[in-house]
Amino acid sequence: MKKRNLLFFLIGILFGTTLMKADAVSWFRMQEMFRFQGFQMFGIFMTAIPTAALGIFILKKMKIKSLDGEPIHIMKKQFNWGYVYGSILFGVGWGLTGACPGPIYVQIGSGVSIAIVTLLSALAGTWVYSYLKPRLPH
Amino acid sequence: MRQICAICLPANIPFLKYNWKNQSWNLFFAAGLLIGGLIGGVALQPVEPMPLSAATIESLNALGIAKQPGILPVEIFSWANLLTWQHLLIVVGGGFLVGFGTRYAGGCTSGHGIAGLSTMQWPSLVAVILFFASGIFTANFILPLLLNK
Repeated sequence: MKKRNLLFFLIGILFGTTLMKADAVSWFRMQEMFRFQGFQMFGIFMTAIPTAALGIFILKKMKIKSLDGEPIHIMKKQFNWGYVYGSILFGVGWGLTGACPGPIYVQIGSGVSIAIVTLLSALAGTWVYSYLKPRLPH
Repeated sequence: MRQICAICLPANIPFLKYNWKNQSWNLFFAAGLLIGGLIGGVALQPVEPMPLSAATIESLNALGIAKQPGILPVEIFSWANLLTWQHLLIVVGGGFLVGFGTRYAGGCTSGHGIAGLSTMQWPSLVAVILFFASGIFTANFILPLLLNK
């Protein structure tokens, strides 16, 4: 296995275990969040965002290079209307399934075989988006 | 997701015709997530249902969903209960929108919510506000409608 792949595999294991233990892949926890009845998910985001910001600050400050030896450059996102339409559609899917793309894999791994249906449906959604992309407003 | 589509069914779609072999790391990441779920869910599995707030237990009970161990409610997410149109709409329709919407929006909770916000990108803030608002609306209004409560 290439070094890069091994690294991503290990980070995936770490991230998956963390999401699982933090209940961030739990449908129940999402319903609690969407009803503002509990603090846990908000706590996760409020910890994760500053932590990521700190990580990026350190990467920049110490001029850490990527695996290819290139300087790390964070692309500025250019606004397009896809962010608006896409986010609204994703929100509906998130509210129903309690899952974003990453957690679907974690759900399957944790032994909930029916999450395979969620994954296949999400794959279909990705494929249809790719197919319609030239015709959709962005 | 895009990667798996590109491998299995590229069908001459420009968005899926790229050199996915250069990006195969993201499949390794997905495989890692699966193992992570296995470790977190099976090896370190808690015996008790996760502690939810009393208000949530009550709201979900009103929808016919009991407090239970596991991360997905068996009332909706189980092979035996999948085949009603409401449940199919939740699992298949919801899953479809997760795939379609995140691609369309160019990111999801971690891409926009954590990576985007931590690097202070305003388009990500727009995305986060909208998918969160849409999720709140769905969980509070569409879901009860589909569960006939």
